[in-house]
Amino acid sequence: MTGPVLAVAGLAKTFVLHHRGGVELPVLRNVSFEVHAGECVALDGPSGAGKSTLLKLIYANYRSTRGSIGVRHTSAIAGDALFELTSATPRELLSLRRTTISYVSQFLRTIPRVSALDVVAEPLAEHACTDPEALRQAERAARELLLRMQIPARLWHLPPATFSGGEQQRINIARGLIRPTPLLLLDEPTASLDDDSRGIVAHLINEARERGAAIVGIFHDAKVRQAVASRVIDMAKFR
Amino acid sequence: MNAPDRSAMPPAAYARTWETNFNFAYLDERSKRMIRRAILKAVAIPGYQVPFGSREMPLPYGWGTGGIQVTASIIGPDDVLKVIDQGADDTVNAVNIRRFFQRTTGVRTTESTAAATVIQTRHRIPEVPLSAHQILVYQVPVPEPLQRLEPREVETRRMHGLSEYGLMHVKFYEDIARYGHIATTYDHPVMVDGRYLMSPSPIPAFDNPKMHMNPALQLFGAGREKRIYAVPPHTAVESLAFDDYPFAPQRWDAVCAICAAADSFLDEVITDDRGGRMHVCSDTDYCRTRQAAAP
Amino acid sequence: MIAPDDPPILRVTALAKHYGARAAAIDVSFELWPGEVLAVVGESGSGKTTLLDCVSARQRPDAGRVEFLTRHEGMVDIFALSEAQRRLLARTDWGFVHQNATEGLRMNMSAGANVGERLMALGERNYGRIRQEANDWLARVEMDVARIDETPVTFSGGMRQRLQIARNLVTRPRLVFMDEPTSGLDVSVQARLLDLLRSLTRQLSQAAIIVTHDLAVARLMAHRMIVMKDGRVIEHGLTDQVLDDPQHPYTQLLVSSVLTP
Repeated sequence: MTGPVLAVAGLAKTFVLHHRGGVELPVLRNVSFEVHAGECVALDGPSGAGKSTLLKLIYANYRSTRGSIGVRHTSAIAGDALFELTSATPRELLSLRRTTISYVSQFLRTIPRVSALDVVAEPLAEHACTDPEALRQAERAARELLLRMQIPARLWHLPPATFSGGEQQRINIARGLIRPTPLLLLDEPTASLDDDSRGIVAHLINEARERGAAIVGIFHDAKVRQAVASRVIDMAKFR
Repeated sequence: MNAPDRSAMPPAAYARTWETNFNFAYLDERSKRMIRRAILKAVAIPGYQVPFGSREMPLPYGWGTGGIQVTASIIGPDDVLKVIDQGADDTVNAVNIRRFFQRTTGVRTTESTAAATVIQTRHRIPEVPLSAHQILVYQVPVPEPLQRLEPREVETRRMHGLSEYGLMHVKFYEDIARYGHIATTYDHPVMVDGRYLMSPSPIPAFDNPKMHMNPALQLFGAGREKRIYAVPPHTAVESLAFDDYPFAPQRWDAVCAICAAADSFLDEVITDDRGGRMHVCSDTDYCRTRQAAAP
Repeated sequence: MIAPDDPPILRVTALAKHYGARAAAIDVSFELWPGEVLAVVGESGSGKTTLLDCVSARQRPDAGRVEFLTRHEGMVDIFALSEAQRRLLARTDWGFVHQNATEGLRMNMSAGANVGERLMALGERNYGRIRQEANDWLARVEMDVARIDETPVTFSGGMRQRLQIARNLVTRPRLVFMDEPTSGLDVSVQARLLDLLRSLTRQLSQAAIIVTHDLAVARLMAHRMIVMKDGRVIEHGLTDQVLDDPQHPYTQLLVSSVLTP
């Protein structure tokens, strides 16, 4: 399997604001690149260049205006064939998000009352349904990650809404990394973290890379980018 | 005016004594035919409430007009009629209804359960087991067993039609939760032939087992509610209960003070101001028969 | 085919419903798979409640088809079934959580009886087992089991909703319909209830259709979302996509109008 995990071709995104007189905001124009397993591609460019937008398009959080996004899904039968995201049904997208694409957003969206432990364990717990062994494993994995993220144990059973920005971000990352997927999208994963935590996150990202994940990320911090990125793509190319 | 004592007269003489101002058994023939049709339908669908055109009777609603209409439609000159109210032949209602039929049909009447061919009853089943040539006619106030739980008839009809009787068990669940046992002491609902939920009329729960596989025909008439239903002979009649709270009718610690019966339904009678009481058989004929047979 | 090839649990095709000259639902089509939660979002008069009533067989549509994947007979047109069969489905494989709990409960029966009723309707005749199940479910919806013998008349709005949920879920329905399940409740109560619903539907792998005017509820609960206006579906897709990148002008208006504290 030597083909790319992700292949973006001629991707364009224009926002149309119907209630602002239909004004059009073209954010991306003709984006094309590929990412292979074991690569970590850093998107570079000033704010407003469309970096977050690109990640969200790949995650199907945004709908593209034009172009194609191909993702190699985990079906062994298909081999190197890429699945076209832009024409996928919601069901297919949900399946992809469960098995193939993980996304760490810039901010943690907190659900009231759900404990930090449950937030982190959720991607695995969802898959486990009611299987008690699988649920136990999910909780174990969550604990391990929270430990590595240096979230103190006394916070594990509290909902993250009252945590500091840094703590929330670490929980967000833990949640994004707990279930290893072939493609990983990271939007400013170290934005509110101190040096120590940044180091840990960089380490985790490299671990993911080493096990064969393809990673596309936005890293504002130069040191982190240095530590994890195997390649940098300058968004200016696509304007 | 007291009716003459006809118990000693031959049948032919009877025919001449009944008052000729009324049709036989008071109702006109068309009405009787209508009621008989309803009865046939009821017998064909055990436990199902058949609507019928309840006629204006010389008694108000609530006094047994349904039972009277059923009896009037089935009684013939050769029948022997017994009428009881709460097991007794000599209460006001039983006496009046019996006299009504004497005056309008001239049939022989009796207080002996064994001697009767048609027995009209309010709120009891006689203790003496019935036989195949007898018909028991029950007076019914509220024919719909679910009425207290679901007052809408549209809904209860649907429930009967679809055999959806969970609600009845809900009521029993509530009884057990609240009192520790099922709390109906009379009018305990039954399943007839495994299909229809039926109200046995306000007979004591003690009497329910007598309905099961009874060789006699059991007919039920509700005059105010305009429904007739039936349990044909040898039909399964099961009182509703839970597996772990089975149906358990009443038991007394006493026996009948008059005839010493330990197996009949006993009435508690207060005898004086000091709280003195005694238990006597509710079924007067049964008690009297036992008394007479005792050495 | 990237997603497994199993059939949808519900398929709605070209559904339409009129009230006289007014069209409440026009040409609505969608599919729902086991374990998916679909939010139907719209303002008053959008037709979302009519849609819910039609797909849950509470009302008969004027046109279109609603097909449900039964446990043993494959996909069936629910309006081709007899009323008895439909009522049985409604008692076993479907749940319906009303906005107003009093509509979905027997207010004069104890909480235990409310939960146990479906079991009794299906032939359960052991009091002990019924009470045990009722107990378990009250605990699962985080109610005080000591109140099992009290009637819902004495319960708060949030507790009544929990009881309604327990009453519906006791037969583990594979498809649950919810009509604004948390409107009218205090905000803190809403949050807890939504959390409960979310975890229960996931634990039981239930498919659910939630009608709501509250976009936050849709975001929290649903995988997919359809937006209705004047009886038509004007946008549909993944919930986060419709809310974060709305395409249709009306959807953009809805999303931008939401106040965030």
